[in-house]
Amino acid sequence: MKSLLKFITCGSVDDGKSTLIGHMLYDAKLIFADQKKALEMDSKIGSNDGEPDYSLLLDGLMAEREQGITIDVAYRYFTTEKRSFIVADTPGHEEYTRNMAVGASFAELAILLTDASKGVLIQTRRHLRICALMGIKHFVFVINKMDIVNYDKRVYDKIKADIMELMKDIDSESIYVIPVSATKGDNITEKSEKTPWYDGVPLLAYLEDIETEKENTDRDFVMPIQRVCRPDYKFRGFQGQIEEGVIKPGDTIKSLPSGETAVVKEVYVCDKKVEEAVSGQPVTLVIDREMDISRGCVLVNNDDKAIVANLFRSEVLWMDDTELQTGKSYYLKLGTKKILASVTRVCHSIDINSGKRKTCETLKKNEIGVCEIMTADKIVMSSFTKINSLGCFILIDSETNMTSACGVVKRELKREDNVVWQNMDITRQIREKELGQEAKTIWFTGLSGAGKSTLANALEKRLLMLGKHTMILDGDNVRHGLNSNLGFGEDDRAENIRRIAEAARLLNDAGIIVMVSCIAPYERDRKNAADILGEAFNEVYVSTPKEECARRDVKGLYAKAESNEILNFTGVNSPYEAPRHADLVIDTTGKEINDCVDELMKLFI
Amino acid sequence: MSNLSQLDRLEAEAIYIMREVAAECEKPVMLYSIGKDSSVMLRLAQKAFYPEKPPFPLMHIDTTWKFHEMIEFRDKMAKETGMEMIVYTNEEGVKKGINPFDHGSIYTDVMKTQALKQALDKYGFTAAFGGGRRDEEKSRAKERIFSFRNSEHAWEPKNQRPEMWKLYNAQIIKGESIRVFPLSNWTERDIWQYIERENIPIVPLYFAKERPVVYRDGNIIMVDDDRMKLREGEKVQMKKVRFRTLGCYPLTGGIESDAETLPEIIEETLSAVSSERTSRVIDYEGAASMERRKREGYF
Repeated sequence: MKSLLKFITCGSVDDGKSTLIGHMLYDAKLIFADQKKALEMDSKIGSNDGEPDYSLLLDGLMAEREQGITIDVAYRYFTTEKRSFIVADTPGHEEYTRNMAVGASFAELAILLTDASKGVLIQTRRHLRICALMGIKHFVFVINKMDIVNYDKRVYDKIKADIMELMKDIDSESIYVIPVSATKGDNITEKSEKTPWYDGVPLLAYLEDIETEKENTDRDFVMPIQRVCRPDYKFRGFQGQIEEGVIKPGDTIKSLPSGETAVVKEVYVCDKKVEEAVSGQPVTLVIDREMDISRGCVLVNNDDKAIVANLFRSEVLWMDDTELQTGKSYYLKLGTKKILASVTRVCHSIDINSGKRKTCETLKKNEIGVCEIMTADKIVMSSFTKINSLGCFILIDSETNMTSACGVVKRELKREDNVVWQNMDITRQIREKELGQEAKTIWFTGLSGAGKSTLANALEKRLLMLGKHTMILDGDNVRHGLNSNLGFGEDDRAENIRRIAEAARLLNDAGIIVMVSCIAPYERDRKNAADILGEAFNEVYVSTPKEECARRDVKGLYAKAESNEILNFTGVNSPYEAPRHADLVIDTTGKEINDCVDELMKLFI
Repeated sequence: MSNLSQLDRLEAEAIYIMREVAAECEKPVMLYSIGKDSSVMLRLAQKAFYPEKPPFPLMHIDTTWKFHEMIEFRDKMAKETGMEMIVYTNEEGVKKGINPFDHGSIYTDVMKTQALKQALDKYGFTAAFGGGRRDEEKSRAKERIFSFRNSEHAWEPKNQRPEMWKLYNAQIIKGESIRVFPLSNWTERDIWQYIERENIPIVPLYFAKERPVVYRDGNIIMVDDDRMKLREGEKVQMKKVRFRTLGCYPLTGGIESDAETLPEIIEETLSAVSSERTSRVIDYEGAASMERRKREGYF
């Protein structure tokens, strides 16, 4: 029996996708004679130089003929001696990106076309990203229109190098690059004499031989329940398609989300009782006991990879004309489960060209972004990379029924992640305006005795005189209250800093200018504080040398540390990592306090 | 996906689709056209829900001009499967004497398209399975598996919902309906090979046999009853013919053939030089005629 390969063709407008597939079918004599005749007739109307317009074989819709572009996915079926193929020819135009995604979600392999005279374009990058998002792992790059560049090897080499650079960011299992002319037929079904420097195989031969199917019968059993079959009171079977693994009578299975277990009594593939069923087959399972299972439950033999959760992080492609609305109700369909859900947060969008993150609050049509999604109840899911079928979903607009988005599960969000942000009506900006100041945190770091608290105090007095609203968080003082349960080990120091930073953020949210004086010896803890405080964070490194600090020894601690009465004392028997990118560095040795405050005022206020 | 053959994968896909419809759609029906695709679809439905009977009725739109062998076969299958078979005819069209000889495309509209709309409205079906395949015709090649119809039963090809992975969106607003094509990804060859593998009964008209025919406008039309009006100069002759598709006998062209068995039909199909829809007379009305009719509500 022949195997089946599902692939898509994508590329920019006018790259010649339809022509490529049309030519492949034509050359391989895979089209019926009447279609061929119709093609030759059709081509007479608006053709190019008397040569048949092969794209007419695929562009089926009237609107497309008028516009000369492919607006929707066209599926084509052909069989060669070696293999059967289904090709989804997808639209290149940006406006129809979602239709391209439809084709990608269906395919195992993607053919991406590049115009040899233009090289890698923005659209190629976008299509590549969408293919990757939809789970495609096999890529064939067709550098088309080689005839226009005189079959120049250097053009091929340059574009190939660009492609390889692009693929560094993409998770793939195979990459192949072929120089082609779709209109002239070079390297499509036969190797072209015009590219003697190309040592690979033509496109069709490559497609016939590539292995894309992974053996997954040795994987754990996974089957989402589609329906319960109950023809009479005696028979109760659970119907669904095995997504992964194998099932046999006698196997123990677990139903998720409940976690109940049972033993499989009978397995049917379609209407036949069998001794074993494998992934991909439609089955009916009968179990040995009464269990509360319904559509949307998932049967597994090992629940290591499945997650039961109601909040998760996902990467989403928005496909609706109406933009994403956080907090709005959508139906989420994942596996066979359909449930109300809402997007609680858009973390960021991903720039298709650079792959860079951009902060944003919504996603518009054709944008990809990372979102947090909450479902009305806990459901069974998995990260897309672990169990494909439990890791992809669609969002359906609950008013229009439009399929608004598709996405893949990145990971479950737990505990602290699970707390939803409550939006406040009175924002930091409003409070700042009311107080007539910009809220910020000035973080003084440095050794004990460097002058951090002294500087913070002096700065606060100056600000008070100007009518500013301030607060000091002193590392020593905080350890008497908020952080009294923490010691001086690395973990506790990290937690100490985190809590101080969070407290400073709350004060900033209230519109207050905060001065933190705290040794904070580790770079990574200060980095963490900077992340928590965001733009409000300003770092002042009080760089007074250790010798000077020890000489001052206001609290008598250096003496104790030297005599090992105190362990973990920063600068003596515990390290201090000096900041490398502080906003201001002040060595207080031999300096007037007022001069230092002037400097601070100039920079920060 | 493990090492399932192509037919196994297509079978699994169709069964998955049928179960999704049964689980998510309020009132489904299976449109039964008596042809080979319908025969395959019916068998798949029996397999999908076994040991239960398929949880929906079958419905045949009878134009009153089908081959009589088709009607016999339909009634026999209804009996054998034990499924409810709804037969609907546009009685108003019959009263007005609308027929394929005198009324051309109006006939198709009244007796097929309008009849189907009336039937769906009468019974309030929200989803209707059809045996359409994407390899049949170019506009069908672009239709989704779940294809939506507005309350006028019209298809909007420019505004199809994205269909991702196998996460079918079956949500509709009251008045709308869905056409579901579980055989979308099957080819004619797959259909024949499956019929052979599963030993599925089909109407004998698919097999070559001596039949009374006339040659008309490049088609071979079978004289199935005495309503067939002969044109001047036409003569009924006995020819060994078979049919690649079945419909209303005056509109269905046969082909001269010696293929009397399934393997012979498959052999002939594999080496065919014309695609099967060319034997439907109606398709010649213009390259885009199928799409136009579908927009208007033809299945």
